[in-house]
Amino acid sequence: MAVGAEAIFGDSVITTKLDSAIGWARESSMWPYIFGTACCAIEFMSVASSKFDISRFGAEVVRFSPRQADLMIVAGTISYKQAPVLKRIYDQMTEPKWVISMGACACSGGFYDNYTTVQGIDSIIPVDVYVAGCPPRPEALLNALAEIQKQQLKEESILKDRVNTEFKGELDA
Amino acid sequence: MHENFQEKFKDLYTKDSDGIYVLDKDDLHSAIKCLKDEDEFHFLVDVTAVDYSKYLYPKASRFCVVYLLRNKDFKEIITIKSFLDDQTLEIQSITDLFQSSNWAEREVWDQYGIKFLDHPNLKRVLNHQGFEGHPLRKDYPIIKGQICNETDDLMDEMIPRLAKKGYTKHDDLMFLNLGPAHPASHGTIRTFVALEGETIVSAVTEIGYLHRGFEKSCENHTYNQIIPYTDRLNYCSAILNNIAFAHTVEGMLGLTLPDRAQFIRVIVGELSRIIDHLVCLAANLVDMGALTNYWYLYNPRETVYTLFSKLTGARLTNSYMRIGGVAHDLYDGFEEDLNHCIKDIEKGMSDALSLVEKNRIFHDRTQNIGVVSAAEAINKGFSGPNLRASGVAYDMRKTAPYNFYESFDFDIAVGSVGDVYDRLMVRFEEIRQSISIIKQAMNKLPSGDIIVNDRAVSLPAKNDVYNSIEGVMNHFKIITDGVKVPTKEYYRAIEGANGELGFYIVSDGTGTPYKVKVRPPCFAPMSALPEMLEGGMIADSVISLGSLNIIAGELDR
Repeated sequence: MAVGAEAIFGDSVITTKLDSAIGWARESSMWPYIFGTACCAIEFMSVASSKFDISRFGAEVVRFSPRQADLMIVAGTISYKQAPVLKRIYDQMTEPKWVISMGACACSGGFYDNYTTVQGIDSIIPVDVYVAGCPPRPEALLNALAEIQKQQLKEESILKDRVNTEFKGELDA
Repeated sequence: MHENFQEKFKDLYTKDSDGIYVLDKDDLHSAIKCLKDEDEFHFLVDVTAVDYSKYLYPKASRFCVVYLLRNKDFKEIITIKSFLDDQTLEIQSITDLFQSSNWAEREVWDQYGIKFLDHPNLKRVLNHQGFEGHPLRKDYPIIKGQICNETDDLMDEMIPRLAKKGYTKHDDLMFLNLGPAHPASHGTIRTFVALEGETIVSAVTEIGYLHRGFEKSCENHTYNQIIPYTDRLNYCSAILNNIAFAHTVEGMLGLTLPDRAQFIRVIVGELSRIIDHLVCLAANLVDMGALTNYWYLYNPRETVYTLFSKLTGARLTNSYMRIGGVAHDLYDGFEEDLNHCIKDIEKGMSDALSLVEKNRIFHDRTQNIGVVSAAEAINKGFSGPNLRASGVAYDMRKTAPYNFYESFDFDIAVGSVGDVYDRLMVRFEEIRQSISIIKQAMNKLPSGDIIVNDRAVSLPAKNDVYNSIEGVMNHFKIITDGVKVPTKEYYRAIEGANGELGFYIVSDGTGTPYKVKVRPPCFAPMSALPEMLEGGMIADSVISLGSLNIIAGELDR
């Protein structure tokens, strides 16, 4: 039996926690920034196109301005030369923000265990979800997106800052 | 032929066992000038160097520089090399003869530390500016990474360029970075421009953001282990890279492939060429705001991916070739799937063309934009569709046929102006020609082996491996030692999706290459980009770059 506002207004209102409502809204309207550098970016093109269609998950509004994006998808190898650019763009994104590390190179350097490749972007910026594969299939990236959505629903409180202040990357002074 | 060179320099050169002319470093510039002016070797294929410090056989000195040139009908190739003085490591630059040598020499400086005298701007091109040492030297440890904290501001290149155009004060100019993280940069390419209003006054490009150490990694893997690395050069057409590498190694081994293997290579290779062109066209049309074409042209790619997954196990990075043949035979029902792919591609193409072919906006945006004349294109080292768009009918499938290409009936598509429009339309036509080649190859597809039956090259049948000690040993030796390639220095190329895709390999007789240099087709056009952009509008810079089909993986390696 309904109590409070619901008793008065019937089905026309829903009472819930503000955090759940915001989590629910966020979940279906991620705006990704594609930090696409290599082969994985081509697979992202597949994710965005008709067959796999990322818009089914509400994340098709790809923003190329970090200021407007809340999900960074690092798709491809990050070299030492690229690392400061990656960090700069990550820093420019406003909170709350999430990061998907797509593919073996971004996660660990992949089979480029050499002088030029960063051995995992988590030495530069914090990462929320890792996707295995070289490159991962489009379904794997969609799964990672679903993981992020799950995390968003579980967010404790919007009052709690998501910023991980303890994170110290190689490029943090 | 190169008689003039042979006549003039007959006392000055020696010809080594690989047919490479060896000249003194002081004669090199005049020799290349003679080849260019008198013997009509107009096309510089590549410049590279070799560090012999760990080579099994003694050489005249530690470093040598290698030049590859093609003559005017592109049929003949000549390789020249010069040993350097280990103390000075200097040689005369040939940038006054070939514009394409500018970046090529910068790369040699970057990777090997060889100084080119009178080079206009000898600075690093692949590694970051703070990098210390030269990574392709044999004494540089492969895993020694160097952290980069800051991006180059490129003003050291921009100011002289502006001065040449008469700009000494820069107050009225606006400087803008297009890339390395920019939606229109097609990967990770940085173009730094100086703007007056919306007109680009001067441009500088910077690459190397996707330098992944391909060549150093090759020196640490066996020949078959390198094939997955080649997938990731031009990842839009991975199979063509596989073919180019395997083809070069097979040339060194002197192998002739079974007919069926060659036909399979033609079929999957042409399919790769098609999907490469589809990505280029789709992305380039999006650059112009024609988004619908993206779906029309990209969706057939998905159909091809499905076929490739069935055939090779991977959508994008196929690793389908092996030294001596292909990994597995075509599966049952391949032909049906292939016909389905072709139908999808034809439909996607006709849908897209119906939107753009007679579209005034498309014509206005693309015609006479980013024009490169035939002579310029050759001097700048263009090849493939980019060169053909300028009206030069150079296609390796015709000039140096391999895999029975001479037996297929197809045309070379050429443009007339060399603008963005021509580069796009040449690609549309090449897709049609590739479809025709695939159909002809399927009709003629012979039966037989798919890999050479040579126990020094290909793996034994699984039945032998599990049931006989010889089979196990054979398998073990090929996997652990690699295919042993005779001592040789060798260059061979195929027609990649973007142009001449070649490998220069130095072998010391072991299962691991001593040195691998890839000749990436989009490296040279990229170095010519600033001149294409200057004087144009900023919106045109985006489509000019897109029309060259720069793939960062093979550009930066």
